[in-house]
Amino acid sequence: MTPQTAQNANTETLTLAKAVNAALADSLEGDDRVLLMGEDIGKLGGVFRVTDGLQDRFGPQRVIDSPLAESAIIGTAIGMSYRGFRVVAEIQFDGFIYPAFDQIVAQVAKLRYRSQGRVSMPLTIRVPFGGAIGSVEHHSESPESYFAHTAGLRVVTASTPQEAYSTLRAAIQSDDPVLFFEPKGKYYTKGEVDRSIVRDLETANVVASGRDVTIAAYGPTVDTALRAAIAAADEGIEIEVIDLRSISPLDVDTVVESVRRTGRLIVTHEAPAESSVSSELIASVAERAFQHLEAAPERVTGYDSPYPPSAVEHDYLPSIDRLLDAVDRTLGRRNSRTGLDYSAVTPATVTTGAAR
Amino acid sequence: MSITVPAPRPELAVGLDCPLRVLDLDGSRLPEPLLDGHLGDIDEHALTNLYVDMVRVRRLDVEAFALTRQGHLVLWPPLLGQEAAQVGPARALGDDDWVFGSYREHGFALLRGADMGEFARIWKAYAHSGWDPQEIKMAPSQIIIGAQTLHGVGYAMAAKMDGAAEVALTCFGDGATSEGDVSEAMVWASAFQAPVVFLCQNNQYAISEPVAVQSGVPLALRPTGFGIPSMRVDGNDVLAMHAAARIAFERARSGGGPTFIEAVTYRRGPHTTTDDPKRYRDKAEEEQWLAKDPIDRVERALERMGANMEAVRAEAKIRADQLAKEFRAAAEHAVPPTAEAIFDHVYAQPSPRLERQRLEHRAFTSSIEAKA
Repeated sequence: MTPQTAQNANTETLTLAKAVNAALADSLEGDDRVLLMGEDIGKLGGVFRVTDGLQDRFGPQRVIDSPLAESAIIGTAIGMSYRGFRVVAEIQFDGFIYPAFDQIVAQVAKLRYRSQGRVSMPLTIRVPFGGAIGSVEHHSESPESYFAHTAGLRVVTASTPQEAYSTLRAAIQSDDPVLFFEPKGKYYTKGEVDRSIVRDLETANVVASGRDVTIAAYGPTVDTALRAAIAAADEGIEIEVIDLRSISPLDVDTVVESVRRTGRLIVTHEAPAESSVSSELIASVAERAFQHLEAAPERVTGYDSPYPPSAVEHDYLPSIDRLLDAVDRTLGRRNSRTGLDYSAVTPATVTTGAAR
Repeated sequence: MSITVPAPRPELAVGLDCPLRVLDLDGSRLPEPLLDGHLGDIDEHALTNLYVDMVRVRRLDVEAFALTRQGHLVLWPPLLGQEAAQVGPARALGDDDWVFGSYREHGFALLRGADMGEFARIWKAYAHSGWDPQEIKMAPSQIIIGAQTLHGVGYAMAAKMDGAAEVALTCFGDGATSEGDVSEAMVWASAFQAPVVFLCQNNQYAISEPVAVQSGVPLALRPTGFGIPSMRVDGNDVLAMHAAARIAFERARSGGGPTFIEAVTYRRGPHTTTDDPKRYRDKAEEEQWLAKDPIDRVERALERMGANMEAVRAEAKIRADQLAKEFRAAAEHAVPPTAEAIFDHVYAQPSPRLERQRLEHRAFTSSIEAKA
């Protein structure tokens, strides 16, 4: 989407990375129990410069350059939480989170439950995630489903600078532990940000209305879905695009409400399809709105392989054309790109979907 | 938090050749220059208190073991033989200090003031946590080996940030020293000079594996590589443990950073009630350690001081039996959680999805009850 100019005095034009920076700065400013911790976040300002300038402004006591140990970043943040600090821990890259997996799923997620509500873990874990940055192995992954599967954690993401700002503010204020997955491929996209908006961590957002097909997306694929909607409009197809925003909890209600009107659902994300957000969402919609479905739900996702070398990532990640093909399949119409006519075939005989 | 990177200081590892000891096996006092200055106030009365503590801890442990055998508890990891290693440091803690322990820290739990009724619930599998962590300043017991060391370091860092003269004590076993988290905890403690004390109860076994499987060097040598001073102490000598803990806590409180204490002790019982030590160790070894029993040693020391041991024993027994009785009653009468508890305290903000599942489950159970 093209960046718009500032509409009023309340908004400013920021990149998504700067919006995250602003949310961190405002959180540090507003609550002296907030502190940041992570590798290279201080002097360097983070490898993506997301924390640029924060150590200068708030000092090394509150913006802590940590030793290189992911399990320790989360483990010590747990200890700080016992004392009432609200730690915002940065994991430098999605593919580096696994050493901290035990501390996140076995400790952070369960401490409230284990202690019968006596211990609070108001911890935020920031994770740059997703593809499209053209880097090497372990620098582009989508591990969100591992955490969405874990009770006790909130897992959220953002698609725009405004969403990044509002979501991170809410995450830091939440008394629950929150994993905030930042779409690193979108760090440098610009948008309007109103700093007075702090959103909830529960609801999805309908970002484009349409009557024919519902596409549910989150993080980096929201933009892809919106572009697909614009392209489909040229052929007279109205696509409703939902930005899920929260991966856990999933706002199934909003999606069900949309599917009741469109009768068709496509879920798209960069993560592989197996045991993913799309698995969960489609199952939930089938449970609750089966009678409203006019066609089998579709998934346009990463394939069930590891992320490939980034030279071929564009074949792996959901694209506008893969989305539009799914739109044609679910509508049972002739594909204007390939000429394939889906009106005569059942979904089970089509083998181009990621999940088949 | 400013980071300093201390150099390794192997010269600060004391007791590597022979663990520091104050009380000899016959109860006589051995000169130990490093520790003696920290025991000046320990008179017969204070030693008697430590003795009674150890007797109570042991009695609780024995009672819990029996309760498990009788089917009242599902599992028990006994600490038999490790009473001094826990009571010594526990009695050196200040009220505001925190403990981050493993699952065998019953001595700490008791002396920090854990409610026995709640404590019993853990080992009946009625609850995951057997006390209010904020109330007794002790984190819930930890089963994931070594994970709590990081929590202790983080807490200590936070206390330092708050300018509080508080210490975090983190307890773990010899097996845990092989876990990455424990090394990471020492990296951080050293880098941030956190007021944390690492208490490694080297009870010679990680379930069935002798400590030689974990390390070819004394465990107390390791922290020096991180720049952390360490003491290797006779873990069956309650006075040596008490003095070493005092030194470590004082150092932490006065800005001197972390200390590592290796308590050389012995797990006389099985790893837990499901374990069979006969398969991996011999009687001769067990008997050799029996001679170093921490409670017998204090009895001899008190006798040498001229204490009326008969009266002390009787008093200790009354208090220990009272505790055992209280614990047994708690274990026998503990009320299991309701199924509703499954859905409680998962999130600070209730999750609509989970609340729906709560209602589904409620409807399902009432449908069964209606039929019955």
